[in-house]
Amino acid sequence: MSELDPPETPEGLPVTPADAVEIPLADVSGAGPDLVEVRVGAFGVHGSPDVSGYGGLINKIEIAGASERPYGSYFDEVADDLAINLGSDYNEAIEKVVVDRGEVTFYVRRARIVEVCQAMLHDPLLRFEMCLGVSGVHWPNELDRELHAVYHLRSITHNRIVRLEVTCPDSDPHVPSTTSVYPTNDWHERETYDFFGIVFDGHPYLTRIEMPDDWLGHPQRKDYPLGGIPVEYKGATVPPPDKRRSYS
Amino acid sequence: MSDTTYTKMGDTTDEATDGGPRESDYYQTTEGDRVYDVQGGDWETILAPPTGEKDRLIVNMGPQHPSTHGVLRLIVELDGESVQSIRAAIGYLHTGIEKNMEFRTWTQGTTFVTRMDYVAGLHNELAYSLAVERLLGIEDQIPERASVIRVMMSELARASSHLVAIATGGLELGALTGMTVGFRNREPILDLFESITGLRMNHGYIRPGGVSQDLPQGIEADITETLANLRKGSTDVQNLLVGNAIWLGRTQGVGYLDLAGCMALGVTGPILRSTGLPFDVRKTDPYCGFENYEFDVATQTTCDVYGRFLIRLDEIEQSLNIVEQCLDKLKPGPVMVADKKIAWPADLTVGPDGQGNSLAHIKHIMGTSMEALIHHFKLVTEGFQVPPGQVYVPTEGAKGELGMHLVSDGGTRPYRAHMREPSFTNLQAIAAMCEGGMLSDVVASISSIDPVMGGVDR
Repeated sequence: MSELDPPETPEGLPVTPADAVEIPLADVSGAGPDLVEVRVGAFGVHGSPDVSGYGGLINKIEIAGASERPYGSYFDEVADDLAINLGSDYNEAIEKVVVDRGEVTFYVRRARIVEVCQAMLHDPLLRFEMCLGVSGVHWPNELDRELHAVYHLRSITHNRIVRLEVTCPDSDPHVPSTTSVYPTNDWHERETYDFFGIVFDGHPYLTRIEMPDDWLGHPQRKDYPLGGIPVEYKGATVPPPDKRRSYS
Repeated sequence: MSDTTYTKMGDTTDEATDGGPRESDYYQTTEGDRVYDVQGGDWETILAPPTGEKDRLIVNMGPQHPSTHGVLRLIVELDGESVQSIRAAIGYLHTGIEKNMEFRTWTQGTTFVTRMDYVAGLHNELAYSLAVERLLGIEDQIPERASVIRVMMSELARASSHLVAIATGGLELGALTGMTVGFRNREPILDLFESITGLRMNHGYIRPGGVSQDLPQGIEADITETLANLRKGSTDVQNLLVGNAIWLGRTQGVGYLDLAGCMALGVTGPILRSTGLPFDVRKTDPYCGFENYEFDVATQTTCDVYGRFLIRLDEIEQSLNIVEQCLDKLKPGPVMVADKKIAWPADLTVGPDGQGNSLAHIKHIMGTSMEALIHHFKLVTEGFQVPPGQVYVPTEGAKGELGMHLVSDGGTRPYRAHMREPSFTNLQAIAAMCEGGMLSDVVASISSIDPVMGGVDR
């Protein structure tokens, strides 16, 4: 019996391995695809005897990891121009480059994001005149990189779009503000702060923008409940959306 | 606004006798100015500060104000009638759509995004569906007819949204006939939407994989007739406003924002095109086959409210032309991707009870095939899984670049859905447009930004 085989209850029914199997933490360090989560079972059943026969399924969730050159399309050119701008700092500033679904993502170390944005904006060969805003993503399983800030830059001169991604640990949720380079990120960074709790250092007035000023918590984090009440309909009760069965 | 801090001064216990500000009750700023907090009372006494100092009035305009284009709150610092500084406060219509989408299936997401910018909900549905399709890797499997219908609906929505922009702009500037003409012209578009999607707003029509159902029979004739009416109605707006001296006086040279300002503030759409830059995502990153349609990108070089008004008029024309080209391109065929694991069964017909139902499909799953019933049940309750990854899909919304940043963790629900809303981004430009101008021009500037608060706050 390998360690991944589901153990059995005394009655002979396998329990869902969610309770029994040690689930490894996310691994985003090595080469190849990044493992962001491991799921077990199916049909969203956890914590009760598994009679479906699918309780032993182990599903590794992997997203595209660092890509090798050539990246294809205009991505190599952008990477080269950026490397010329940053000089020997390139490898230190750019953690990895991911090409997935015809889009390129530069993972930038958070201390260097402003410098990278400046190069992206001012270099005539790059010339990303416009930032399309900041979006946050919360990956609670990625140890020390739980919070991601995602920037999309658009170059009208060269008709290109690239994505910059910065990660920061939940315990130290600080990212330098890019408002000095792209003033449009003013409201976007406030929104990302409001929803994810990422503190953009150097922002002129980082206050909540969508939620009331005295709100507690950051609503779009994964550990923040959606809320809601059960609804009764024709005698049956429908639980709120976050209490319904999840098939993921 | 300067980084002034306010300290409450004076005695706060006694009552003012005349209802106006009291000599003893004021806020002291770090710059040494006195700020009086007044409400109610007699206007004469409010306007006359007890000390006779240089007075500036800080006025909260909105969120319940008929001229702020929705539940937008503007904090305006006035010196007489000139605007010293202006800040926008938003969030009054925040409904947590993005968070809610993380708890519904990918197909249900359409129902949520359409309520963001509700004036042109079809654009949101389109951006979202394109993003899901790119995550699934089925972009080139979308049937031709579905793409043509998407383009047609999206252009009708653009015309409808611009008509609302012109109509509400007229309303806010006192050109009430502009409002009635604009809304009257929009009505036949909504009628078309109703016959095609079943609803006037919040359609949920464009879905991942295609569109929810095919066009009803004989709709082409209705569309042709509507186009003719819209062209005539468009002429009405032009006759009414384009050369109107009052309209020109209120809009020309007002709300100035040049190219550098637009770039820095991320402003797109008609505002960017009013600086002379022909930037349009339909041309730079064509989607749904926009490269096969002939249309011009409307531009002006005035950088002002009037230029944006002219651009919207022009874009309505261009959109109607595109709809005409769509009618020529419509060929019979499927409107949903062939993969039955993605395509929701939705070929509805209206039953005798007025409810939509697909009788053939019900007969199939209930009467002849148990497997079909299982698949139907799984697809509708559980949904389909989308491979992990993230995409950003830009589209040209009515207000500017409408981009969908969508992240999947391989599950049956979006892991993170973020809409890059042009209304949200463009609204930041309000300070750059209005400061130093007159209070009355603030209203004109907002109407030229045309923010829809449902989109701003999401």
